[in-house]
Amino acid sequence: MQILDFERPIFELEQKIEELIDLSQKGDVDFSEEIKKLQKKVKKVRRDTFSNLSGWQKTQLARHPDRPYTLDYIRFMMSDFIELHGDRGFADGNSIVGGLAKLEGEHVVVIGHQKGRDIKEKVFRNFGMSNPEGYRKALRLMKLADKFGKPIITLLDTPGAYPGIGAEERGQAEAIARNLREMHMLSVPVIVVIIGEGGSGGALALGIGNRVLMLENAVYSVISPEGCAAILWGDGKNVEDAARALRLTSNDLLRLKVIDEIIKEPLCGAHRDSKRMASILRRVLRRNLRELKLLSPDELIRHRYEKFRMIGEFMD
Amino acid sequence: MVAWFHRVKAPLAKIKRDRVKVPNGMWMRCDRCREIIYKTEFENNARVCPKCNYHYRISAMERIGLLLDEGSFQEFDRDMVSTDPLKFRDTMKYKDRLKKSSKKTNLKDAIVCGAGTINRHRIQICVFEFKFMGGSMGSVVGEKITRGIERAIHKRVPMLIVSCSGGARMQEGIFSLMQLAKTSASLARLSAAKIPFISILTDPTTGGVTASVAMLGDIIIAEPEALICFAGPRVIEQTIKQRLPDGFQRSEFLLEHGFVDTVVHRKDMKSTISKLLDFFGNTIFEKES
Repeated sequence: MQILDFERPIFELEQKIEELIDLSQKGDVDFSEEIKKLQKKVKKVRRDTFSNLSGWQKTQLARHPDRPYTLDYIRFMMSDFIELHGDRGFADGNSIVGGLAKLEGEHVVVIGHQKGRDIKEKVFRNFGMSNPEGYRKALRLMKLADKFGKPIITLLDTPGAYPGIGAEERGQAEAIARNLREMHMLSVPVIVVIIGEGGSGGALALGIGNRVLMLENAVYSVISPEGCAAILWGDGKNVEDAARALRLTSNDLLRLKVIDEIIKEPLCGAHRDSKRMASILRRVLRRNLRELKLLSPDELIRHRYEKFRMIGEFMD
Repeated sequence: MVAWFHRVKAPLAKIKRDRVKVPNGMWMRCDRCREIIYKTEFENNARVCPKCNYHYRISAMERIGLLLDEGSFQEFDRDMVSTDPLKFRDTMKYKDRLKKSSKKTNLKDAIVCGAGTINRHRIQICVFEFKFMGGSMGSVVGEKITRGIERAIHKRVPMLIVSCSGGARMQEGIFSLMQLAKTSASLARLSAAKIPFISILTDPTTGGVTASVAMLGDIIIAEPEALICFAGPRVIEQTIKQRLPDGFQRSEFLLEHGFVDTVVHRKDMKSTISKLLDFFGNTIFEKES
């Protein structure tokens, strides 16, 4: 398990508690007083650490390899999942997965970026950075949902689009642009959830919804802090400043009215309790779906349009 | 061996370059082919080198002058300005960058929008200004494009967007990303209203602008040899650790790969667009006589 720097004090305390519990069970010495004290302390440290995370710390959490990925959420919160592959043009596009599933008994089409955990899977998923086929497959599935009147749920988790020769040759800009336009024409409810890294255009290509929800420790940004630091500060060292300046945390984005709702994560983050995270998300999705089902197809399209039409700040 | 190259005598005098004095301002040297060209010829050729065909970058107002009928342009939303919603600061304040660009270009942001005619066809047009922070798209650019599209829908006239942009404006963070969504949304409405959208790509058209308005034209026309891409060549080279082949991500490359309809010389751009507008028809502006 990867432990981030700011998580270390918590882990150390937890370890100490475990050791003491172990000792008390083995020997005659009673450590219950110390254990209680330490438990109190760890609670406070957890709360203090996680209520005050910086943009850069959240970026690290959002990228944590033990954080649940799209297929984990599908497994934990949906049933009868049938994965559908391919863009019907060139390839499967396996940095994005999608298919039919049931959420609380209701049929939905679910689509999301997919990262890998071990090296082999990471390479297979291209580290969650999609080639154009991924976006085209996603659009194909969305149109399928539209045609048969099924709600769409998309889960965003990508460092960004893949900066490769093939991706450019096969027109990733066109693929992303087309999704942005076509998602505005869908006559079914679309719920977008940023579950981890919302990396620029590659994330936005699945990001046009009637609801845009965001996990507490997820991030969503026009460029990675590293990229921003490299371009604007001239080196990669100012990632923390860049992360702060970009305002990429869920709190920032709620305040800027770019997202509709923050979904609370279990204390210490989704990576500490994937199942619990999934069950929280399932409840939130159910509620949002129920609300959106009250809208007619035309209302859904108008609602989505007006939501994005409003975003931006300027003076006339 | 090394001694062969050792110069015993004093070094030769440096060759003086540009010894030929040219009358001030009449001639110029092409930045690309290094040939001497007659300035008037260059200007008459729409700022394209007559020797090597290099299309120089031109300003938004120059572009409008080249495309629109003389005196027909009416600008909208000229005074819209950014409010610096994130209070962004890197090595310099975003506010100061805006001021600097504003001074340089005499514009309030990186786009000029308005209405006009092309060979008497009425159109709405938006032209990016690269000299204003690399033609980057923030809230102002996004809003002005969206309003332009809305006017095109309302007046039922064709929409033209001339792209020339480094992409999304980082200094507006998530707002700049959301302008991709916003402009594409209004293009969905334009499309549903069956109003033609002609997208013109000039050097450079990159990043978020390519991944939204630029690639959504009913007709997409590129100027020769323009850089058109999502991820820039430098980013790709860093990722794959290889040098990219010549001509990669240039207009002709996109034509070959099926992403633009045609590549058109700047001098022929107006007549090409005019023919397209003829084809789409029914919007001819009748001049009062």
